[in-house]
Amino acid sequence: MSELLLNIQNERLSFFTPAGEVKALNDVTIQMKEGDVLGIVGESGSGKSVTAYSIMQLLPHTGRVVGGTIEFNGHKINEMSEKEMQAIRGNEVSIIFQDPMTSLNPVYTIGNQIREVIMLHTKKNRKEANERAIELLTLVGINEPAKRLKQYPHELSGGMRQRVMIAIALACEPKLLIADEPTTALDVTIQAQILELMMELKDKIGMSIIMITHDLGIVANMCQKIAVMYAGKIVEYGTVDDIFYNPQHEYTKGLLRSIPKLNDTEHKKLVPIEGTPVDLLNPPKGCPFAPRCNSCMKICLNKMPEYTEVNEGHISACWLLQKKEFEQGGK
Amino acid sequence: MSKKLVEVQNLKQYFHAGGSLFKPKYVKAVDDVSLFINKGETLGLVGESGCGKTTLGRTILRLYEPTAGKIIYDGVDITKVNMLPYRRKMQIVFQDPYASLDPRMTVGDIVGEAIDIHKLASSKQDRRDRIIKMLEHVGLNSEHANRYPHEFSGGQRQRIGIARALAVNPEFIVCDEPISALDVSIQAQVVNMFEDLQSELNLTYLFIAHDLSVVKHISHRIGVMYLGKLVELAESNELIFHSAHPYTRSLISAIPIADPKTARKSKRIVLEGDVPSPLNPPSGCRFRTRCPYATELCASQEPELREISSGHYAACHHLDKVPNN
Repeated sequence: MSELLLNIQNERLSFFTPAGEVKALNDVTIQMKEGDVLGIVGESGSGKSVTAYSIMQLLPHTGRVVGGTIEFNGHKINEMSEKEMQAIRGNEVSIIFQDPMTSLNPVYTIGNQIREVIMLHTKKNRKEANERAIELLTLVGINEPAKRLKQYPHELSGGMRQRVMIAIALACEPKLLIADEPTTALDVTIQAQILELMMELKDKIGMSIIMITHDLGIVANMCQKIAVMYAGKIVEYGTVDDIFYNPQHEYTKGLLRSIPKLNDTEHKKLVPIEGTPVDLLNPPKGCPFAPRCNSCMKICLNKMPEYTEVNEGHISACWLLQKKEFEQGGK
Repeated sequence: MSKKLVEVQNLKQYFHAGGSLFKPKYVKAVDDVSLFINKGETLGLVGESGCGKTTLGRTILRLYEPTAGKIIYDGVDITKVNMLPYRRKMQIVFQDPYASLDPRMTVGDIVGEAIDIHKLASSKQDRRDRIIKMLEHVGLNSEHANRYPHEFSGGQRQRIGIARALAVNPEFIVCDEPISALDVSIQAQVVNMFEDLQSELNLTYLFIAHDLSVVKHISHRIGVMYLGKLVELAESNELIFHSAHPYTRSLISAIPIADPKTARKSKRIVLEGDVPSPLNPPSGCRFRTRCPYATELCASQEPELREISSGHYAACHHLDKVPNN
């Protein structure tokens, strides 16, 4: 099993709030090999960002992993101390946040913020770090890098700032890059630039990427594997083609039906998923999607379904599949 | 269908942005835009942030006083008139459902405020009935009227915003990015509701958004803006499948298509650089700094919006150089 870069087994994570325990992740299992690009899609509150933050150990103090293991590149992340974690974070695994406007420190220059990472994780001195910083800015396609290093974040546009964030994340050539909605705050033309850049750099450096997004278009373009999350659970997991052309879970199907397609010539009415996402403070007993599901059965309301393997590497947690399998097996 | 409800002619909206008293600087947020919207039609407006699409929407409603140009509503020039009677006919739905509702007012009062201003209700009972009718129109119910905005989710709040706009029986609604702040599964609900309300109440929309796939879905015609200028305008399918302007081309190709097979085949046109500052736009054609076809002509002369086929307008000097798709 040593070839697995990331191995999350049955992770359960809760936030302990004054209002009660919020079960943000329920038995999340993710395995990634080197060079994989995994997309995690889901609505806000589905736990996609929390999964990423728990790999980085960047959770607020109310959040605790209450079960399962996270292994990354041979490290048992959930048993590590903060000090040990600091050696890995930004070095072997780094993250790009959603909002480039707020994730850079406004009172330090760009150069200062890039050098900080380099000097913390390598033995380079200030001058060498500066050279490396210029190299990185060139890599992410920023012109006049030497001049930019002396500038402050407010002097750059949104797309530029996100490039700087990428430069910081790549400073130590991480094995895994987590991108948490990296382009949501940007315009489509800038989004295209950033995504193109990420894919280019992935091949150059040979890293793996976890792409967290709610945009199905982005995962269709970038990823090999997709995990669809709903209410803290991975409800379906498979290759891009499995998810888009052979979706099994009712939520995935609903999601695909609800987005307008640019290349449709006729006007088809959208089929929305009715209702609102679940309240994780009082999660339903059974399948969390059951209250919004069109094919909901009695058992769905009472018991959480197990995963069914549809074909190799494509799994989905839905009672309908269990039923189908049972009927086929019964004959 | 063919009757013009709203028309703007050479509309300009400049914002003062510093400079000295004798040499003031202006941001030309909307610069010389002309378009019209037919009755019962949805006109979509797309463009990157800062291109002036929101400003255009607000200027049409005279929430900003236009610097120059004419706004014509139902055959009447409303550029200088008292807006109160027109406010009833022209409404707006804002982008952010969290910021556009007063947190200290109940939902009933939010929806009822416009009814009071225009004195549409004959009695207290009539006012209440109207409010409930509006809430039911948008998929909420009577008990919601006594609650406060914080008790609702984003999708429900956007419905309240729509109910508020509908309360005065308007004819024309400016929808300013009404679904950008919503989750994917909720977006479809709200888009469908806009469509249902349109056919039910014969509404006319100006639908502003940056998500071209949603705009294409809901609109009959689409206008594309770049740095305060309208660069292309055409019927929706025509614009998506036979776009002429290089900017529209790149905008369409930049959208990640939610279909892996098409995505693998298609080649993106990635635009270099950022949108230039509207304070100091490029001379001539404003797109030339990012345009692959730009020549000297583009720097010296501004292209005019001209009709290239029936109902299809584009502003570019080099339309013949752009390959057919």
